[in-house]
Amino acid sequence: MSTLHLDAEALYADLLAGVRGLLNPDAVLVGIWSGGAWLVERLQRDLQLAGEPGVISSALHRDDFSSRGMTAAADHTKLPFEVDGSRIVLVDDVLYTGRTIRAAVNELFDFGRPASVSLAVLVDRGGRELPIQAAVSAARITLPREQRLSLARDASGRFSFDIKEQA
Amino acid sequence: MLSRRNPQLNSHGELIHLLSIEGLPQAVVTQILDTAGSFLSVNDRDVKKVPLLRGKSVFNLFFENSTRTRTTFEIAAKRLSADVINLDIARSSAAKGESLLDTIANLSAMHADMFVVRHSESGAPYLIAQHCAPHVRVVNAGDGRHQHPTQGLLDMYTIRHYKRDFRNLTVAIVGDIVHSRVARSDIHALTTLGVPEIRAVGPKTLVPGDIREMGVRVCHDMAEGIRGADVIIMLRLQNERMSGAMLPSAGEFFKNYGLTPDKLALAKPDAIVMHPGPINRGVEIDSAVADGRASVILPQVTFGIAVRMAVMSIIAGNNA
Repeated sequence: MSTLHLDAEALYADLLAGVRGLLNPDAVLVGIWSGGAWLVERLQRDLQLAGEPGVISSALHRDDFSSRGMTAAADHTKLPFEVDGSRIVLVDDVLYTGRTIRAAVNELFDFGRPASVSLAVLVDRGGRELPIQAAVSAARITLPREQRLSLARDASGRFSFDIKEQA
Repeated sequence: MLSRRNPQLNSHGELIHLLSIEGLPQAVVTQILDTAGSFLSVNDRDVKKVPLLRGKSVFNLFFENSTRTRTTFEIAAKRLSADVINLDIARSSAAKGESLLDTIANLSAMHADMFVVRHSESGAPYLIAQHCAPHVRVVNAGDGRHQHPTQGLLDMYTIRHYKRDFRNLTVAIVGDIVHSRVARSDIHALTTLGVPEIRAVGPKTLVPGDIREMGVRVCHDMAEGIRGADVIIMLRLQNERMSGAMLPSAGEFFKNYGLTPDKLALAKPDAIVMHPGPINRGVEIDSAVADGRASVILPQVTFGIAVRMAVMSIIAGNNA
């Protein structure tokens, strides 16, 4: 068992600083459903960016569809800006195999051709299975394969981490 | 292994074939409607395609003609990136005397992953589902007088889109109910979703009394049938299925049961009018109603594609 303690709120402050460094004047934030969507909601506010951030779902491009089937409804993708030519900062809670990012980038390209896409995550837990890396990661940790790490948000909007043993 | 009791579901209760709405749990119906909602937005993208059925072959087997249903299934499969093969089977092997199961065995040897079947015999899709390989999926696109489940589901999607909640609705189904597999599928679906009042409206020859056993109220009087209704589902007068004189004439039918603006005024002011198509103007529906404010007949067609995408992606993703 891991005795690891991750302070999601402290990591969020580091993520905020990292994303601030990535932003150029025409950049837009896009969060990956669901943890990343919570993060961009708060980042948008804390960075005082105009308009709504984008949200993207990887459900329609997942590569484990044939083994896992249709999981959740996938209508979460909302990109309230012109994707063609945009500079996108993709945000997620946890970066692991890279498969979710691959699927999310494919989803993004169904809406247009962005000028650039960079990635910012709260936690990079290693274990990559695809050539994908984050421009910003607030923490780098190693977890056993059977542990599933995800962001949680309480009623007051505070972040914490959930670690579940996978069956 | 197929469950003997309900061959549409696997041992976990997940949908693996869509054969009938009868016996589908409410949760499965709701899952299909929710998933369809996600696919509706695919039409707004630059790339109107998602890769869920990439590399799969969908065979449209229409032993009975239908342009609209076949086309919407074809569009749905293509939007999911499947390869679609349309077989005009009414004019080929079946006409040469090949049995249904031999036809299926041959098409399976061509590596079919899914059959979309329309057949004049009730139960033909069941027979196929029980004899095809375990990885093959079957969707009933209309069998005899029995069921037309995707039409029933797209009707439910349409009702939910405009009315939100099923639990306080009055739904009138009007016309040729005895010949209508759409009516049967709609009644099962409305019941599953908790609609408290379902009325079957039409002349005695087309709305037999035993339809009460399905839990509907039978109305032979049109005014009584549509008064206060939230939803009116008009059915097509199926000339090709009528043997003998069940009706005096189409003109007589229109006079009594055709939906005109005057009759529509008896329904709730915000009532919607649906029709599975193709419509016969001046036979079961007046042009002023078909093209009017209450009509949602064309949105039904659009929703039908999303619902068929949902059904195909759900059954393809579940293991037998």
